[in-house]
Amino acid sequence: MATDIATAQPATQPPAADAPLRIRNVTAEDLLSLGGAAVGALALDWVLYERILPFSGALGFWVCWYVLFLVAYTSIASMQWDRLAVRDKVVQVALSTFGLLATAIVIDQVAYTLVRGFAAVRHSSFWTQTMAEAGPLSPITVGGIAHALVGTLEMLALSTFMSVPLGIAAAVYLAEVGGRAARPVRTLVDAMTSLPDIIAGLFILAFVVLTIGVPKSGFAASLALAITMLPIVARASETVLRIVPGTLREASYALGGSQWRTVLMVVLPTARSGLATAVVLAMARGIGETAPVLLVAGYSRVMNVNPFANWMTSLPLYTYDEIQSPETADHVRAFGAGFVLIILVLILFTIARRIGGGAPGELTRRQRRRIARQDAAMQRRAGRVTG
Amino acid sequence: MPAEGSTRIMTTVPDDVPRTIVAQPSTGDKIFRGILRASGWSVFVITGLILVFLLLRAARAFKFMGFAFLTTSAWITQSPQHFGIAAILPFGILIALIAMIIAVPTGIAIALYISEYAPPRLKRPLISLIDLMAAIPSIIFGLWGLFFLMPRILGLESWLGRHLGFYNPSPALASNYANSTFIAGVVVSLMVIPIVTSLSRQVFSQAPVGEREGAYALGSTRWGMVRTVVLPFGRAGVIGATMLGLGRALGETIAVTLIIVPAWHFSFNVLQSGSNSIASRIAVDFSNYPDAGSMGLSALMAAGLVLFGMTLIVNTLGAIVIGRSRSGQATG
Repeated sequence: MATDIATAQPATQPPAADAPLRIRNVTAEDLLSLGGAAVGALALDWVLYERILPFSGALGFWVCWYVLFLVAYTSIASMQWDRLAVRDKVVQVALSTFGLLATAIVIDQVAYTLVRGFAAVRHSSFWTQTMAEAGPLSPITVGGIAHALVGTLEMLALSTFMSVPLGIAAAVYLAEVGGRAARPVRTLVDAMTSLPDIIAGLFILAFVVLTIGVPKSGFAASLALAITMLPIVARASETVLRIVPGTLREASYALGGSQWRTVLMVVLPTARSGLATAVVLAMARGIGETAPVLLVAGYSRVMNVNPFANWMTSLPLYTYDEIQSPETADHVRAFGAGFVLIILVLILFTIARRIGGGAPGELTRRQRRRIARQDAAMQRRAGRVTG
Repeated sequence: MPAEGSTRIMTTVPDDVPRTIVAQPSTGDKIFRGILRASGWSVFVITGLILVFLLLRAARAFKFMGFAFLTTSAWITQSPQHFGIAAILPFGILIALIAMIIAVPTGIAIALYISEYAPPRLKRPLISLIDLMAAIPSIIFGLWGLFFLMPRILGLESWLGRHLGFYNPSPALASNYANSTFIAGVVVSLMVIPIVTSLSRQVFSQAPVGEREGAYALGSTRWGMVRTVVLPFGRAGVIGATMLGLGRALGETIAVTLIIVPAWHFSFNVLQSGSNSIASRIAVDFSNYPDAGSMGLSALMAAGLVLFGMTLIVNTLGAIVIGRSRSGQATG
């Protein structure tokens, strides 16, 4: 046996020689063809657009440039390569531009809101005041979002508190109990993730506000938000629970653990970082919802910290209300609230990416450091006992 | 002769049937599973409650208008009441269709780029970016569409109108094109793209490695491999993603409400100023009826019920298709 292993793994080979060969698939010809097509198309577009052909508008210019670019690139490519390769290259370029396009649109939306909102958020009054002080013609230096910020945070906290336990329990049901009966549940959860958000508001209005008699308030709005967040939490958590290795569960069962102990003490802690990501992503979705809040939160211009009584305002609702006013100052305030909203979403998103970076069970740097510290302490103690 | 003995024993052993194991869950486990099952089935309870309460509240409007609810274009809920969804429903469907025409090819292209073409270093950032696009609030899409996109897209709109013969108003003013179904459709398409992209990317990345390498081994280019392996493998997933995206597009509220101005005569002229949708009608109109028993509110509930029923059917079909394509994750 020992000789078998020795022959199978010759120790004479240094492992460093095993580095993979780097394959370059971008050549100078590729880059030059691309650049040439882009510049040529731009020049042709500049001549044709608005000068020779009766087109106008900045967006149209770039659409025309792109069409010309693809035509130019196709013809340049067909001079050098065969038919199959040309098709391959052109498709690659076209698909890459779609990737670029998505990036550009997201960056543009975020940047546009941030730039236009900056005119509002640089005034400290915008952060500390409510709209109680502001009249319809007040300048931007009067009136702010303090009440909407408080309302958003309270509604978010309440709806997270309601949707997360239910959502994770539903995910555990789908991933751990399963069976034939779980299939319709998963289908409905999938279907609910893209249910119209205004329906959640309409339902809470019909059920909780008009039938049970809970007044329009932050609490009613949180209920509506919780309905929109529930499927998102359940969906994302289930994906995370599924990649917890089955061997961990089996180890727990082999030690005599019951199912509930296995889930609570092995599966959920292993998936902790992924579950946190699921929750934070759902929060990022919930914080920006306008339609459910619109119907059942009422709208308040003054500070209200009690979510169970009186009307409340959230940041999206505030933006929606201000943008419908004809005054410029109100539009600036709307973009200011959009600024704060985007920043909150970005913060939540960064948190989600940071905690969700590792695979289930993978330790963060801080956890590894703590284990190393404990190890060192134990060794010191052991040393003292023997010495 | 030990060998002969052992063969005789082998023949006497009956067929190799696994013994059935009956695991008796403990009381704690039974309670635990009960709680989980209840939470899982709560989504059915919520959906059922939505249906029941919208129906209860909408009953008055349905009774009043009868079949005419489907054929009336106007929305007059004050004294000579006369309302129906003949204008707002088709307008909303038209917005969703425009959104899908733009979003489905774009979403599939982005998904293909991320799963097949992007350099490995860019993959994770791009996936995050698409997730972020899904998390951008719809009110931000509305602001962006109204203030950034609208002035820039009018030129394209008037070009489409003049040269493709859709719409050619005699004084070609910008106000003839602003707030149109087309612009609303473009903005909604941006909100659907992340749904189509992320679901399609998941099925594309599950395309089996063996077939991919087989295609390459037969001399295929990358596009040839994508066309013959990845796309056929992901077809069901793409169809499901499209349907889930359609559900989202039909129900989009705030961005549409900000961009359009209400119109009450349905026309297929998507470039013309003015449009409508059920969700935006609800958002605009609800505040006029604080009274629980009013006909106006009941009419909105009726419209909401139509929207809910429509999106629920579309989404459920989409979810079933997606669930089939996700066979690796099937329960049982």
